[in-house]
Amino acid sequence: MSRKLPHKDVVIVGFGWVGSIMAQELTDEGLEVIAIERGPWRDTATDYPPTYDQDELRYRIRHELFLRPDQTTFTFRNKMNQTALPIRTWGAFMPPNGVGGGGVHWNAETWRFLPSDFVLKTHLTERYGADFLPSDMTIQDWGVTYEELEPHYDRFEYLCGTSGTAGNLQGQIQEGGNPFEGPRSRPYPNPAQPQPFSHTLFGKAARELGYKPFPQPSGNMSQAYTNPLGVRLGPCTYCGFCEWFGCGNYSKASPQTTILPVLIRKSNFTVRDNSEVVRINLDPSGKTAAGVTFVDTSGEEWEQPADIVIVSAYAIFNAQLMLLSGIGKPYDPLTGEGVMGRNFTHQTISDAVGFFDNTKFNFNPFIASGSIGMCIDEFNGDNFDHGPHGFVGGGYMGQVQSNGRPIETTPVPSGTPRWGAEWKAAVRDNYLSSVKPGTGVHGSFYSYRDVYLDLDPIYKDRFNRPLMRMTIDFHDNELKQNAFLTDRFAEIIQAMGAKKVDKEYRQGPYDITKYQTTHLCGGVIMGTDPRTSAVNRYLQSWDVPNLFVVGASAFPQNAGYNPTGTVAALAYWAAAAIREQYLKNPGVLIHA
Amino acid sequence: MPRHSGASGVALSTLVALAFCTSVSPRAAEKQDAQDFTQIERGRYLTTAADCAACHTMPDQKQPFAGGRPIETPFGVIVAPNITPDRETGIGTWTDDEFDAALRQGKRPDGSRLYPAMPYPAYTKMSREDVQDIRAYLATIAPVHNQVEPNQLPFPFSVRAAMMAWDALYFQEGEFRPDATKSATWNRGAYLVQGPGHCASCHTPKTVLGGDKTEQAFQGGVIQGWFAPDLTNDKATGLGSWSAEDIVAYLGTGHNASTAATGLMAEVVERSTSKMTKADLEAIAAYLKDQPAAGHTATAVQATDPLMVAGGAIYHDVCSACHAIDGTGVPHLIPSLAASPSVHSTDPTTLVRVTLSGARSVATDQEPTAPAMPAFAWQFNDEQIAAVLTYVRNSWGSAAPAVTAHDVETKRVELKTRGEH
Repeated sequence: MSRKLPHKDVVIVGFGWVGSIMAQELTDEGLEVIAIERGPWRDTATDYPPTYDQDELRYRIRHELFLRPDQTTFTFRNKMNQTALPIRTWGAFMPPNGVGGGGVHWNAETWRFLPSDFVLKTHLTERYGADFLPSDMTIQDWGVTYEELEPHYDRFEYLCGTSGTAGNLQGQIQEGGNPFEGPRSRPYPNPAQPQPFSHTLFGKAARELGYKPFPQPSGNMSQAYTNPLGVRLGPCTYCGFCEWFGCGNYSKASPQTTILPVLIRKSNFTVRDNSEVVRINLDPSGKTAAGVTFVDTSGEEWEQPADIVIVSAYAIFNAQLMLLSGIGKPYDPLTGEGVMGRNFTHQTISDAVGFFDNTKFNFNPFIASGSIGMCIDEFNGDNFDHGPHGFVGGGYMGQVQSNGRPIETTPVPSGTPRWGAEWKAAVRDNYLSSVKPGTGVHGSFYSYRDVYLDLDPIYKDRFNRPLMRMTIDFHDNELKQNAFLTDRFAEIIQAMGAKKVDKEYRQGPYDITKYQTTHLCGGVIMGTDPRTSAVNRYLQSWDVPNLFVVGASAFPQNAGYNPTGTVAALAYWAAAAIREQYLKNPGVLIHA
Repeated sequence: MPRHSGASGVALSTLVALAFCTSVSPRAAEKQDAQDFTQIERGRYLTTAADCAACHTMPDQKQPFAGGRPIETPFGVIVAPNITPDRETGIGTWTDDEFDAALRQGKRPDGSRLYPAMPYPAYTKMSREDVQDIRAYLATIAPVHNQVEPNQLPFPFSVRAAMMAWDALYFQEGEFRPDATKSATWNRGAYLVQGPGHCASCHTPKTVLGGDKTEQAFQGGVIQGWFAPDLTNDKATGLGSWSAEDIVAYLGTGHNASTAATGLMAEVVERSTSKMTKADLEAIAAYLKDQPAAGHTATAVQATDPLMVAGGAIYHDVCSACHAIDGTGVPHLIPSLAASPSVHSTDPTTLVRVTLSGARSVATDQEPTAPAMPAFAWQFNDEQIAAVLTYVRNSWGSAAPAVTAHDVETKRVELKTRGEH
């Protein structure tokens, strides 16, 4: 029997980037807001101070900042005819946990999606014809356009102090930036970070091959910055401990370094940490959310009533909470009907490692930041003609080498023994003179009929609720895309002067043990049609109008970029819809 | 109502008594007007400027002015009393004269003496009118039934009569007298610093009996395990390199380009100075900038000294990422070790403490970031901390006495006693 807490205007489930942005926006509106977070409170000085945040064993190898699978996990299978098994240690992606969520341990690669990404189905069909797309591909338009999201991308970049070089200022292509990006209303708030040697060399080689390289947009500060909320960040020290780590130097944009100092001073905001929301409660009509129920670490169950429920956890948990709360029709891959769990996607990552003459090249790979790098965008989205290639999608590629950390940075040429004296000698010979991008090719992952989320029929969590089951595999379209992009990428590394380049193509089947990115997307997708989307263009549930599900769970398919910039833009977009439309007239914002 | 710790019947009868007595209490005879908005507003502001809450409100701020906060003195602990209008446990039955005598003469209603942890040696500079305004404001806040025994000092300090001798030695009663040769702004600043602000309580060094060493006014003093730095215009240890604007920014926001408030001063900024008017902060700055320099001199420890060599190595390895190779830090975020007075204080207490235990700077509406220094006690031994602190005190054109391993050890033991590391 749960105990009832005093009513709030808004309850937020999950307190990462999206939860923080929504809380900031809605408390500014004067609403009483409570955020409920499964993990602990986290703060720079107490959780990852610079005295020990650069500990690869603790944070990278032993996963200090992430959800512990013994608290909850997912089951996984490649194909619908297989039996899924629980994941017992994280591999392909890293579910965040705790205040700040993934915003604590991301690399801060802060991209915008292409204008065509938001109208993908329409765009590709018009350009190549419907028959060009695989028959089981279920890509959709988003229901929102780049032009509509532009002001919200801009707000996030200025909140974060994103460092970068504009490529398209109000339609004018800018030298040194990404010429393929959508028009931006103003430059990045900070200049791009200076690039280390290997990154610079990649840019030079790419330029000589006729590409237009540009520095990756970065939430690592190129200089001291004060954001519009008055919160201050310091210049990045290029320590090379960024992704998987919290930043002890106040140099990486995160909820802690951009929003929380202001938010926690507000009297109309509270947060409950170490509390796991187990369901969204509906009123007897089933058409209005009454609030949520959560369980604290003592096992006590609490009911938090609220007028508006914002679900803003990690994508896969958003979908799970909706399914467990009985909201929205579960997706059925056999009929293609239903929406909850539909269009689950990830990313298609690969690499090419270059080995250089160590008497001529010393790259000092440990001088790096999370999103340092020179990139090209010629092969992203539909920036090139896919006609001759027989696949759709693409990705950016670049020398984005974010670290030279000792445990993992042991690149050796193919053919080297895996251990022993010869291996050690090869590590010594190559450590300083190899180019090993973390995610050299950052490809899209489009959606398919048989890649989806549903409730596992066998495995349960500690509350006896079904675990989330992921059914996911690579399709030929993505593998073809990856082969093509990896070859182009390897050509650039070769042109840098490598004596040997090892290509590491992404190959099927989808492997849950090898890290790709943490960019799980979809499951509660946005769109224009309630039969094929779970939320409308404002991230409002089609079925329960006082419920908004915000995050990468809303992506109908994943583009060839890191998703955080778009996730945050959607959060500001949804918050604006609540502030400017919903509060004036609470109810359905889009009549389908 | 849990805030009334006694039986609810007692609390209720107190309230009834209070309501009943308003027409017959002595206060009514003294022309107090509970609706005198102007007086109450002035009193609220002066209560903030005098930072009464610093001692009389517990840090959780749940029961304003209900007392109970232990105030650590060199002689033992004094617990701040309840100054809410509660008639049994607060000051609800005090007369105007009794209130005035407490603040300006250090006398309790029974005629016995207050301990100077209550800064009556400073409040004596206030006018009777200002003191009555504070009283008028305090009369409007919620009465809290909270019995406090202030005197928890060990014998012989527990004998209040001893304070008569102390007062004779150190207490000079008397209102602030403006200096006609100075501007109105200067005089306002002098009044705030010497009177309600009671800056000397911490920033003027004390004799063994706890009296002000008046000949060293504002040259810095040890308090509750911190060193309240030199407020004179000494270039190295004091405010000599700060502009008036730097002082205003520091008091108003807790931060300026070179340093940030932490420890006890963070509380002062949070509860008091950040809530004062800009004009008053400018007046304080004008007065402080007009004070002479302490004139501390120190010979720099040679760069070749083994302590400096070791300290420099640690500094470059561990400190320079945030504080920069040249010690300048990041303005408004990471203090400048080259320019921060606390780094070069004659007494390195604060520097050692912050290095061992870490410290969080204050958050204010204007500067919400509140960056923190991490603790290093677990990472370095006494010799290493002594070396790196000697290095930062004697680099970038600065000179200050070396920090010894013994200094660090003493502080480490003290912090353990306090349960802070």
